[in-house]
Amino acid sequence: MNKDELIKKMYDSIGEPHKHGPDVAHVEIHQNKVLGIHLVDGLHIDAKEVEDGIEVEIVVEKNAKIEKPIKICFGMIPKTGIQRINIYTRIEENAKAGIIASCTFPFAEDIHHIMDSEITVGKNAEYAYIERHVHGPKGGVTLMPKTKVSLKEGAKFRTDFELVKGMVGKLDIDYEAICGARSILEMTARVSGRGYDTININEKALLEGEDARGVLTSKIAVRGHAQAFVRNTLIAKAAGARGHVDCKEIVQDHAFAKAIPVVEVLHPKAHITHEAAIGSVDSKQLETIMARGLSEDDATDLIINGLLNPQ
Amino acid sequence: MGNKAILNNVSMELWPGYVHAVVGPNGAGKSTLASTIMGLSGYTHFTGDIRFDGKSIRGLSIDKRAKKGITLAWQEPARFEGLTINSFLRAGARDKSIKNISNLIELVGLSPDEYINRAVDTTLSGGERKRIELASILGMKPKLVIMDEPDSGIDVEALNRIFDAIRALRENGSTVLLITHSMTVLEKADHAFLLCDGKIFKKGSIEKVSAFYADECASCDHKNKPIPEYADE
Repeated sequence: MNKDELIKKMYDSIGEPHKHGPDVAHVEIHQNKVLGIHLVDGLHIDAKEVEDGIEVEIVVEKNAKIEKPIKICFGMIPKTGIQRINIYTRIEENAKAGIIASCTFPFAEDIHHIMDSEITVGKNAEYAYIERHVHGPKGGVTLMPKTKVSLKEGAKFRTDFELVKGMVGKLDIDYEAICGARSILEMTARVSGRGYDTININEKALLEGEDARGVLTSKIAVRGHAQAFVRNTLIAKAAGARGHVDCKEIVQDHAFAKAIPVVEVLHPKAHITHEAAIGSVDSKQLETIMARGLSEDDATDLIINGLLNPQ
Repeated sequence: MGNKAILNNVSMELWPGYVHAVVGPNGAGKSTLASTIMGLSGYTHFTGDIRFDGKSIRGLSIDKRAKKGITLAWQEPARFEGLTINSFLRAGARDKSIKNISNLIELVGLSPDEYINRAVDTTLSGGERKRIELASILGMKPKLVIMDEPDSGIDVEALNRIFDAIRALRENGSTVLLITHSMTVLEKADHAFLLCDGKIFKKGSIEKVSAFYADECASCDHKNKPIPEYADE
């Protein structure tokens, strides 16, 4: 398969067009090969192929505003293998950019996707990183995304991890953020587990600067024999720091879910709230949809899909 | 439900294509009647029978009753985090095209552009949520729709839209069963039942039932202990 065919196959598997306009920056990475790369003004991407993956450096120049989201497609079409991605992202002062990363493993039987990421969002800069996964029906993926985020004064950062299509396999998310003065952090994970999927989510944010804001959100649905463990930790240690931890998990069949929201307030003028709800689908919601003619299974799917929708 | 009988001796017949109302004091069993007809959880064990289109629907699940054309508009409709109005309406609509879904939203007096992608969640006001419930029912084109306290918790504008929808349902051949204790709602019906202590105590024209309800029930100190000589034969 040549490069173009592989790119097309990867985009087809996530249901997105493989052609982009000239004003859309994009990168396609298959296993340890960079298949395609297109940049726009103010954006620098340096991708280096290593033995079992890629090392990528992404820089958005000071004051650059990249209006259209940068598209990155990671993936592996074969059934087995390792893809190790190391990404270093620097959004410089007053810059603005967003990345939509699509990760596809449509035929996975035994694939390890290991991501190690460091993100620095500069003073008054804005950055959004949206990561959408599409897996195959066999669940043969071990996914280990690890990210360290540093938000400088006045920076805004939003990240949204989505894995709701196909089987999860094994997922182990480990995100950590340090938030400077007046910075804003939103960290969301939305995952649907089935079969014998195991989901571990560990998100931690330290609101270190004055008036820093942080919200950690996890929305998880587990069915079959899937298991989910969520630990969200939010620590506020400066005056005016505000935060919220929100964890919702729907548990069906023989699945298991555990959520541990940890909040620590180390300054008398800081404030953090949390809520966690775990349970089956609400019976009134279910009966409402069934009274429109959907079976119990279809009604359950509709309610879960709603919960896992990006807000 | 313990040993207490929930409803007792109810016997009623609904004429197809008409708007019927069930009125009665709190605790008379109005909402229980609605839940039993719809087959909601906790309301499936009873003696007697419910027949629809000449056949018993006893033992049928909620969705099977809905597929036969029965549906329920809840007094306090459920909220759904993240579920869009578009998806909610498509779930029950016979015509799932975007054009029809937009029409349904417009029929209940809301702007499709503004609402179609909003979630059916707590950001909707009580009136907006009730209108969306109605839009969902209009899309189903049901044979029988039970509306439990359609006027509760809403403003005048939303109430007028609900009355318009009741009229539209009737014009399209649906049978409507209004569960209410409001005289304003009762007046929208063609025929009424007065339920007291699980018994149909009066039935007939709106004038007859509403006059009795206003004169005797409002000041009644026998709530759910009806005086037998007042009952219809």
